[in-house]
Amino acid sequence: MKPYLRLSGLEPLTLTPQTNFVNIGERTNITGSKDFSKLILAGNYEAAVAVARQQVENGAQIIDVNMDEGMLDGKEAMVKFLHLIAAEPDISKVPVMIDSSKWEIIEAGLKCLQGKGIVNSISLKEGEEKFLEHAKKVRRYGAAVVVMCFDEKGQADSFERRIQLAKRSYDLLTKKIHFPPQDIIIDPNILAIATGIEEHSNYALDYLRATKWIKENLPHAKVSGGVSNLSFSFRGNNTVREAMHTAFLYHAIKAGMDMGIVNAGMVGVYDEIPKPLLALVEDVLFNRRDDATERLVTFAETVKAKGKKIKEDDEWRKQSVEERLKHALVKGIVEFIEQDTEEARLKFAKPIEVIEGPLMDGMNVVGDLFGSGKMFLPQVVKSARVMKKSVAYLTPFIEKEKTSSGVSRARGKILMATVKGDVHDIGKNIVGVVLGCNNYEVIDLGVMVSAEKILDAAKKENADIIGLSGLITPSLDEMVHVAKEMERLGFTTPLLIGGATTSRIHTAVKVAPHYSHAVVHVLDASRSVPVVSNLISKEKREIFSAKIKSEYDELRAVHLGKKRDKNYVSIQFARENNIKIDWQNYSAPVPSFIGNKIFDDFPLENIRAKIDWTPFFQTWELAGRYPAILEDHVVGVEAKKLFDEANELLDEVIKNKSLKAQGVIGFYKAATVNDDEVELFDEKGNSHGSFNFLRQQNQKAAGQKYFSLADFIKPVAMSDSNSPLRADLEGLDHLGFFAVTTGIGIEKLIEEFEKDHDDYKSILIKAIADRLAEAFAETMHELVRKEYWGYSKNENLSVTELIKENYDGIRPAPGYPACPDHTEKRKLFDLLEAEKNISIQLTENFAMYPASSVSGFYFSHPESKYFGVGKIEKDQVEDYAKRKGITVEEAEKWLSPNLGYGL
Amino acid sequence: MESNYFLIVKNNFMNLKEILENRIVILDGAMGTMIQRYKLNEEDYRGKRFANHTSSLKGCNDLLCLTQPQIILEIHEGYLEAGADLIETNTFNATSISMADYKLEHLAYEINVEAAKIAKEAAAKFSLRTPDRPRFVAGAVGPTNKTASLSPDVNDPGFRAITFDQLVEAYTEEVKGLIDGGVDVLLVETIFDTLNAKAALFAIKEYFDVIGKEIPIMISGTITDQSGRTLSGQTPEAFWNSVSHAEPLSVGLNCALGAELMRPYIEELSNVATGFVSCYPNAGLPNQFGEYDESPEHMANIIREFAQSGFVNIVGGCCGTTPDHIKAIADVVKNCAPRIIPVLQY
Repeated sequence: MKPYLRLSGLEPLTLTPQTNFVNIGERTNITGSKDFSKLILAGNYEAAVAVARQQVENGAQIIDVNMDEGMLDGKEAMVKFLHLIAAEPDISKVPVMIDSSKWEIIEAGLKCLQGKGIVNSISLKEGEEKFLEHAKKVRRYGAAVVVMCFDEKGQADSFERRIQLAKRSYDLLTKKIHFPPQDIIIDPNILAIATGIEEHSNYALDYLRATKWIKENLPHAKVSGGVSNLSFSFRGNNTVREAMHTAFLYHAIKAGMDMGIVNAGMVGVYDEIPKPLLALVEDVLFNRRDDATERLVTFAETVKAKGKKIKEDDEWRKQSVEERLKHALVKGIVEFIEQDTEEARLKFAKPIEVIEGPLMDGMNVVGDLFGSGKMFLPQVVKSARVMKKSVAYLTPFIEKEKTSSGVSRARGKILMATVKGDVHDIGKNIVGVVLGCNNYEVIDLGVMVSAEKILDAAKKENADIIGLSGLITPSLDEMVHVAKEMERLGFTTPLLIGGATTSRIHTAVKVAPHYSHAVVHVLDASRSVPVVSNLISKEKREIFSAKIKSEYDELRAVHLGKKRDKNYVSIQFARENNIKIDWQNYSAPVPSFIGNKIFDDFPLENIRAKIDWTPFFQTWELAGRYPAILEDHVVGVEAKKLFDEANELLDEVIKNKSLKAQGVIGFYKAATVNDDEVELFDEKGNSHGSFNFLRQQNQKAAGQKYFSLADFIKPVAMSDSNSPLRADLEGLDHLGFFAVTTGIGIEKLIEEFEKDHDDYKSILIKAIADRLAEAFAETMHELVRKEYWGYSKNENLSVTELIKENYDGIRPAPGYPACPDHTEKRKLFDLLEAEKNISIQLTENFAMYPASSVSGFYFSHPESKYFGVGKIEKDQVEDYAKRKGITVEEAEKWLSPNLGYGL
Repeated sequence: MESNYFLIVKNNFMNLKEILENRIVILDGAMGTMIQRYKLNEEDYRGKRFANHTSSLKGCNDLLCLTQPQIILEIHEGYLEAGADLIETNTFNATSISMADYKLEHLAYEINVEAAKIAKEAAAKFSLRTPDRPRFVAGAVGPTNKTASLSPDVNDPGFRAITFDQLVEAYTEEVKGLIDGGVDVLLVETIFDTLNAKAALFAIKEYFDVIGKEIPIMISGTITDQSGRTLSGQTPEAFWNSVSHAEPLSVGLNCALGAELMRPYIEELSNVATGFVSCYPNAGLPNQFGEYDESPEHMANIIREFAQSGFVNIVGGCCGTTPDHIKAIADVVKNCAPRIIPVLQY
């Protein structure tokens, strides 16, 4: 076993060679943060605790706590603050770094930590004896230690002194008191550079060299440092400071720096530092030229002293109106857009020229940057917002002037719609915005649009391309239907297929064969631009279509070939080999009520904490897991911005109560009555119908089980009684149901945003509402487990654990892998009277409206788990149709994505 | 006689460590469960010495070391007979903090000394009887009835009913008593708040410095339920990271859960701990009467699997277990190899 530095709060933080640079949050440091200092001095500990929480939420893996302030009893403040954060699991999950120059404060802090923290710091300042005495105590209290390169003579400020003190400290600790080397963290002093004092010129370089030396010569020791010191002489100039921190960290991490106290808001991405600034900064860091400091200072003066945004504003506002419009588009700044548009309108001969000139130029830059991965989706959508506002401003003038050339210079006309029976449109809207940015005219027909309407509009508008979108599985069939209709009506327009359940293989196998012209699957918004440009260009269109066609033909052939290889077992065999739960020794937990319970206005703030943010970033095509994504080297900055703006909007929504969360849950007595069917009863024993489930049939290895959700409900043997009712009603199992929504009120919000031409917020609120709906379902499930069903009263899971589903019982939703038939949702809604009790409607294809809704079943058995039914065989489909009282054809229609055989 | 005994128990650190490297060591079972069997009344608890004590003493099990030492001795002997290598002193609550419930805080030192002596007497007897199998005494250091990292008042999360320093003071007294009474190792156990344990470990190390000698330390935490965390919120690995500085002879888990539910957490500890790993679960979870009713065979079977999986070095029982459980456990692990402890490779 390797000796790793093992720290802990409530959770472990073990530094292995795979661990990336560890961020230590610096904002709970009274000497470094004015805001925090104010709060503590005012005795506002509640807000001070919030600062700590925010740091952890923003990705600090350790938090540095410092209470060294002359006006304060530091010891008392340290203890009080540590006690308070210990009571907040969101904060105390990470280790604490106790930071003080006073030993008595450090010791008081150590007495408050149940986890293994870090002491920052001890040094040879007061001689070897004190140093070792303190180190021994640190170890006895169970902490790791930061050793400052400082001795009786003062702070080490050269390379030689740094390594000499590092070695002396390390040797004393490891040899004299057997301090574990992995618990020693050396701080070789990050000191201010570019101060104008010549002796300081090598400070950064010496730190980097010392770091490298320590990592090579003092086995297992770690290296840390307080990064903000470096740029002390540029206080107030965040542009320069950020560039200095970013470049310095980039090199320090390469040299072996393991952790650092950083202000995450003041660290950017190395590759994004403007090259000229980077060169100036690196000249200073590496002391590459005598006038390095002078040059950086000169540059710093040009970016004025008052914080990044303002000085940038100053600069670009001085440029020509064309440049300003372009800048506003690229940076997504709406603030001045109307005044600049007006200025441009007066400058150009015709208002349309403003669009064709500077606006299009700007959007071309945006399109290029996005296409080459230098801009991310949220930025693009913000640019589009600027564009829309400007165009909206110009439109009345254009209308008025409409003389000869009303023809726009758009590159083509794209008609888009979410198909009949489906209400999901976030992805479609994003594609629309991205295409708009690339100078295509987008006609968006909205959601739940029938084939007829789509094709009528396409004719009328003379659309160049038709795009279909959908999220639920029945939409796949609807898309096939549209393709067939296009063929029948003699269309030649290319057809684009997109949306969460669509895929290249589905498009190739199911859609393309029905339409003789181009059919292309579009994976996401960023892929939509090249596809559309290929299809619109007269020269490229043929070649591109032919290429796609042959690709899809091949896919289809492979798919058909594969299919024959798959084996299925008979439904009878699958049932015989189901998971056999030991019902003899099981007593089913009884819910606190039978029937339905309505939640009319569930507090959103209670839901918010349970949001799983990772899918939110996926919606915006930002790859990575939350919260790590906020620190990501590539998308971190944009992800953080998006995240902050989402939270601002969420704050507003909660404050103004502009979204309402409603839900209904129900519990009924339940029994599996014949293999895959679960019948429901109320307390009097009246039947409330039954739900039909599907069972896996894909052949598995011998001894493996074939799952159906019905296996998780206690069966009643039909042989000893004709009706399960004769069985003891008391002993029956239960099945739970839920339908929740957080989309009540969203229409009004979207209307407002759209009126303001704010696609960004319109998409943002939808994405947030979707996350809230999932979080609400999670919250409700927890309430059910702990209270309403109450079979896990003592459960105590963190949000992460909830996301990982570390709990007993499941909440599968009709239309998803464990029970893929959407039509069962009708019964679920009837049982819950969801349409009457809360305002969720079902479309003809069983999509829920508002889209931000979730519904499903609750199973309580501890062995119940999520699985995918996968493909099924005809024998089961026939039996299923019989059980449901529908024709085999109809069953096949709804189950088409799951059919293991061709029709 | 005396010199013979002295030879056997001399240098226990090496001795117990060597044994642990070669086989799984058996710890004893519940003390409280066995005391219950004697159905003692208030008078029995009081004995002559505390006949006029002002508060009720029934249930103050640690006091029995002074008032009914023969019962405690008999219980120890029952476990040694069943095959225990290591028995725990009857001192779970013997700190001035916990004893204050009975207004007996002034007796903490005395109880610890006597408890250690009784356990040593029993162990010595069996060590002589089976010289190839020396028996050891672990001084039990309980969690106390207060928590240093949690506030008992939900409206005042910054409040603490006990401080680190107060805990250190009380633990120092207990440890002094146990060592003066002659225990071979110290067992800081049933840790539901790691900060309490860190105070105990601090007190122990400071006291070692005072007397200029050390005995091995064993550490055992408690995962309260299937959330997989201690009462104060730590995961098993976080717990290990927090106490590893004491360089304990062993670390492990006890109480709250039966063996079956303890498995994932023992596995987690076993993966990260550099000392030996101990495991002494309850006899299942309490039934509706609050009694533990897992049979010795059932419990032993689960523990056998732990041993076969290479998770454990020390096994025994906590609440609800009896000499029958210990015997069953000792039998099933007899031929199982102990967990191989990882060595830190510098």
